[in-house]
Amino acid sequence: MSSSQTPSLITIQTQNVTGKKYWRSLNQLADTPEFQEWVHREFPANASEMLDGNSRRTVLKLMAASFGLAGLTACRRPVEHILPNAMGTEAENYAPGEPFFYSTVMSQSGHVTGLMVETHDGRPTKIEGNPDHPHSLGAATAFQQASVLGVYDPDRSAKVLNGGKEAKWPDLVAAIAKLALGDGAGLRFLSGFVSSPTLASLRADALKKYPKAKWVEYEALSRDNELAGAQLAFGQPLYAHPKWDKAKIVVALDHDFLGLDAPSPFFTRAFTKRRRVESEEDLEKMNRLYAVESQFSLTGANADHRLRMKGSDVRQFAADLANAVGAVSGLNVVGNGGADKRAKFLAAVVKDLKAAGAEALVVAGPRQPASVHALAAAINEKLGSTCVTYTKPVIDKSNSGVEALKALAGEMSGGQVSTLVILGGNPAYTAPADTQFSVALSKVAVSLHLGQEVDETAAGATWHIPEAHMLESWGDEATSEGLAAIQQPMIEPMHGGKTAAEVASWITAGRFTKSHDLVKNYWLAQFTGNKKEEMWRKALHDGVVAASKTTDPVKVTVDTRKLAAALTATTAAEAKPAASGIEVGFYPSSSTWDGRFANNGWLQETPDPISKLVWGNAAMVSPKTARDQKLTDGDVVTLSRGNVKVEAAVMVQPGHADDAVSVALGYGREKCGRAGKGVGFNANLIRTSDGFYFGQGFALAITGKRETLATTQERGAGDTQNGRPLVREGTAEEYKKNPKFVEEMSEVPEIHSIYPEFSYAQGNQWGMAIDLTACTGCNACVVACVAENNTPVVGKDQVLRGREMHWIRMDRYYTGDENDPQVVEQPIPCMQCENAPCENVCPVQATTHSPEGLNDMAYNRCVGTRYCANNCPFKVRHFNFLNYHKNEPEVQGLVYNPDVSVRMRGVMEKCTYCVQRIEETKIKAKRDGRREIKDGEIKTACQQTCPAEAIVFGNINDPNSRVSKLKKQERNYAMLAELGIKPRTTYLAKLRNPNPELTV
Amino acid sequence: MSAVLQDPALMEVNPPLVRSTNYHDLTEQISAIVEGDVIKTPTKYWITLGVTASITGLLGAMLGYLLVTGIGVWGNNRPVGWAWDITNFVFWIGIGHAGTLISAILFLFRQKWRTSINRSAEAMTLFAVMCAGIFPLFHTGRPWRAYWLFPIPNTDLNLWQNFRSPLIWDVFAVSTYFTVSALFWFTGLVPDLATLRDRSTTRVKQVVFGLLSLGWRGSARHWNNYEKAYLILAAISTPLVLSVHSIVSFDFATSVVPGWHTTIFPPYFVAGAIFSGFACVMTLLLIARWTLNLQNLITMKHLENMNKIILVTGSVVSYAYACEFFIAWYSGNIYERFTFWNRAFGPYWWAAWSMYTCNLIIPQLYWFKKMRNNLWVMFIISITTNIGMWFERFVIIATSLTRDFLPSSWGYFHPTYVDMCTFAGTIGLFLTLFLVFARFLPMIAISEVKGVLAVEKHTFKGEEVATR
Repeated sequence: MSSSQTPSLITIQTQNVTGKKYWRSLNQLADTPEFQEWVHREFPANASEMLDGNSRRTVLKLMAASFGLAGLTACRRPVEHILPNAMGTEAENYAPGEPFFYSTVMSQSGHVTGLMVETHDGRPTKIEGNPDHPHSLGAATAFQQASVLGVYDPDRSAKVLNGGKEAKWPDLVAAIAKLALGDGAGLRFLSGFVSSPTLASLRADALKKYPKAKWVEYEALSRDNELAGAQLAFGQPLYAHPKWDKAKIVVALDHDFLGLDAPSPFFTRAFTKRRRVESEEDLEKMNRLYAVESQFSLTGANADHRLRMKGSDVRQFAADLANAVGAVSGLNVVGNGGADKRAKFLAAVVKDLKAAGAEALVVAGPRQPASVHALAAAINEKLGSTCVTYTKPVIDKSNSGVEALKALAGEMSGGQVSTLVILGGNPAYTAPADTQFSVALSKVAVSLHLGQEVDETAAGATWHIPEAHMLESWGDEATSEGLAAIQQPMIEPMHGGKTAAEVASWITAGRFTKSHDLVKNYWLAQFTGNKKEEMWRKALHDGVVAASKTTDPVKVTVDTRKLAAALTATTAAEAKPAASGIEVGFYPSSSTWDGRFANNGWLQETPDPISKLVWGNAAMVSPKTARDQKLTDGDVVTLSRGNVKVEAAVMVQPGHADDAVSVALGYGREKCGRAGKGVGFNANLIRTSDGFYFGQGFALAITGKRETLATTQERGAGDTQNGRPLVREGTAEEYKKNPKFVEEMSEVPEIHSIYPEFSYAQGNQWGMAIDLTACTGCNACVVACVAENNTPVVGKDQVLRGREMHWIRMDRYYTGDENDPQVVEQPIPCMQCENAPCENVCPVQATTHSPEGLNDMAYNRCVGTRYCANNCPFKVRHFNFLNYHKNEPEVQGLVYNPDVSVRMRGVMEKCTYCVQRIEETKIKAKRDGRREIKDGEIKTACQQTCPAEAIVFGNINDPNSRVSKLKKQERNYAMLAELGIKPRTTYLAKLRNPNPELTV
Repeated sequence: MSAVLQDPALMEVNPPLVRSTNYHDLTEQISAIVEGDVIKTPTKYWITLGVTASITGLLGAMLGYLLVTGIGVWGNNRPVGWAWDITNFVFWIGIGHAGTLISAILFLFRQKWRTSINRSAEAMTLFAVMCAGIFPLFHTGRPWRAYWLFPIPNTDLNLWQNFRSPLIWDVFAVSTYFTVSALFWFTGLVPDLATLRDRSTTRVKQVVFGLLSLGWRGSARHWNNYEKAYLILAAISTPLVLSVHSIVSFDFATSVVPGWHTTIFPPYFVAGAIFSGFACVMTLLLIARWTLNLQNLITMKHLENMNKIILVTGSVVSYAYACEFFIAWYSGNIYERFTFWNRAFGPYWWAAWSMYTCNLIIPQLYWFKKMRNNLWVMFIISITTNIGMWFERFVIIATSLTRDFLPSSWGYFHPTYVDMCTFAGTIGLFLTLFLVFARFLPMIAISEVKGVLAVEKHTFKGEEVATR
């Protein structure tokens, strides 16, 4: 076929027209050679090259190349070289669809954890802990798990703002170039906790260039009291490093180290090392935990004994304890030797601590003032405890904390600050009310705010610069011991965001340097020897900088006389007259931390581990206080003191201290994205610098208004086990006497089935064991599951209707008296029953059993009768009542794990033991030419992230697998086994180790 | 059988069942309603039909909304996977039971008094089953895939259904029931349709009734075949009366949910179904009797007999309630015990006590003859019985599901307006269908009642029996 043989439509039209001639352009009318050429080229049928074989190939080549180039531009792979971990060198041969794992590190208010990020085709989808990082050991917290969603937050700041209006990057560049900083007299930097060595060195550079400038660090939830306590005890600021795994007796003075006061997984990992009971030896070694606190925390829930008291009373308790063990004399002591609960508790603690000696550990929480930290140090020293070491901060912390912020705000209001550089964070929201930060901010001529959100601070600053997400940027973070890790980006900044280091160096050096260069140059300068490049590459690969200086513990002793003197002096300052009225304590939120995660739907929908509250905070009060004040759940009250006031909904928290209210920070955000806006109330409105953690003398008044609080567990009847043997619990003593006590808690009849029982004797048989003694209830597994399995966020309204979708949930039950209850936590994934009640009732066989013992769910076969969910005794099946992905912004879809399908409305979904991971590993094994899967080779998402290593998954057909061994433990039981359902997920009963003197 | 037949108390010979002077008058009386020539259909009828049809339209709107949005428009949640949807399903299926019982079982037992009420009772059955059928279809998350429940080629996989699932049994039981009931009803209609055909004054009517009456000429052979067919259908239907609701009860009884998992359910559900079905027939008949002046055909005798059945089945249901409580206690099973304690005294106490009041206490009035013969009493009881029976299903479903094994997943069910409007809509559909039926088809089986008229002449008089 050629053009000369086959005249095309065009040529017919232009050349052989009979009758009236219609023309479309003057060119056509004239029928110029140009026109003919144009026609010839325009229409492929006429294009001469297309007819030539070689040319067609050229076209195809060109197309392939341009497609490739198009793909290249769409791909956000960073230009810089980042190194994958976990899959070793093998992964350097990129195969489409195969995930890459990169190491990185995350800092959260001074807690630094090394992470491993799974990326699919250049987009991060899942965060795991880095097993090589000592603060992670392979685990990750709920916050860390959820932070991957932040990359795809549709409401993230994407544009430079000037005075709240959209501006261009060149405008900003010009503005920064114009800054007349001189000697820096009017220059102030305000950042969060600086844990980045690079940023610290840039800070040094900045302060060198602008000697009169100041750099203030402020965190709404900080470790400042810890340093101040060491200053008080030892005369120098030091970080305390408790060795939880060495301690036999732990006394936590308002320290939720298993929960929110330690947002790093290794605390829990270390503590549970000596908690776990898998042998008789373990039983002898089992630690004992005493908790003294106001709000019910996870540490209180896991404690063997818990004493509730107002946050401000803990100081006196610490003094009494110090006095009783003889650590510090000359203190004002009250309430020792009585017969009340506190006195008995104190006496028992003292006796236990003394007996433990070197294995005793007293820790003070970050909310407690310096004196309590100092007292704890003194007690540990007196007892000869070897369970705590101290190190000097590698990064200077001299201008950090609320007082520094207050001073800065004063300077700002006084007009002494002409240029304020806010490097991340949202101080306009998190600053205490009395600093009037927003007002002060408006007095600053030029304020630059670097932030991930267009938040309250962005609204008040003259310039707002989008900040790159942790997973988009180069950086480094050092733990408090000084161990550094490199933060690697997984993706180029989606909105062109910058990092704190970039902005700091920009201001100082006057030109922009990429964070990669800043970080790399810093570390190349630190490295010694001639293999610097290799060291850098190894640091990237391992996720820890081997050469970073881990500071050695300092040998210090408490000067008790000086301490006693200082304590008596500070008593007046710290212990405000216990004025009448209510004490309000300020706590981190398990969902938003200090508000930085407010727009994270995964976290907003993760229930508080104790109250089970989602999508909001509440003023938590004790049952007695609620009765005294005639309050019930959902009553809106005003909490006021002086000129600060806030309206808050009340929630009754069993076990809370009386006459005290606890509120979670991080809610009531006004300038926030779609998820966090207007959720809960803003506790910062009543937080003042003199009552930073505990504010006294608050008045509580009922407004008559009501608010609906959404909890995932029914309040009241659903809070207790109703005498059922679901969470089986005993004491170490009971277990010693009768190891069969767990089994005896329910009678499991023999199964007589008319069907022949299916034999699961062959091949891999997946099973799970969950150790309730180790599990703290931290929620990390819940969020890990959401991230791994693409479970949707449904929102407050749907949660109120009981339609939350978590495939693994954390059940919480109270036992005992409502004033002093104990709490048990129980993670509930699917039990993968061998005789699954859900399977036989499905009319269309959408849920069936796999030969490997999994209760599989075929989403595309499900018609949605919900019969399976009704018949599931554990209620672990979740139905898509609506299309929960309907209003989802497109960018958020990038977070999904491509190995797991996203379910449509009208179908049931459930835990599958991460079947995608099982299959992936099986395929890999097959590729390697082996049939056996090694024990521990497959980890479910919940298991992998569990800081307590409480969840163990594996092949129960292999008698040597860890899960088989755990299931052989006498503590092992299957929940509701009496139904004949043969659950594959079993539990190891919870053991506590109470002091016999206190249980009588 | 013969002993039963000769028992004068059961023969119901005295007083006469129906009062009509002769065959002609009877034909005239019934046909006039259908033909609407002599007695003009009152405007009230059309107004009522308009109202019920509008409510049916509401049903359509609600179902449309459900289809485009999802089950989430209802109040169903976790743990309450089934709520008003299945409550309404069981409720309507239950109502349908009286029809088959009256047409089949009472027929086999030669209960002649059934003749005046069987036609409308059967029609009611069909309409109730239609209403019932809506719920299992639309309660699925993906109704456009609901056909996968039928054993027809489906999907590329061509998977079979799961025959272990009671829901599949339901599909078969209900569809069989509907088919047989429809056949039975239509067979019974044939002679009457022929009567109407013969009386037709317009061509349209002639054609329509002509086609429907299947060439019925009333010959002896026709009658012979008809009676045989009717008897066979009655024999086929009889086990269905027991099977349908037994199988519906299996949805619950075969599950593990405390409060559902109980062997008493099949008889308990069947009795409850007949109880509610008779009450519903009673409600409709009383209204028809008043509005259409059928006092001579639907006599106090009919009504009293039905009240007796209501009393019996109500008592069976009450016994089942008591038995459940006893077994819950006697089993020693903590979950069972809690469920029944929770049923009576938990958050749904109001629903449970409404049910006990309506089903257990109120029908006891029927021990008194005076009450059985009081039209107002029986009208009110017929209504309360159905309220009670709706609550029974709701209580069984909601109290059991809201609080089962793990207290952590306990919840509560709040219906939405869509739930309410959908249920109201099915009532509208039911009434619409019934109104259309009452106007366009003979509500009373003319040929069968004629048989009863004849019987009156050829049976023993009371005194004859006494002297024998």
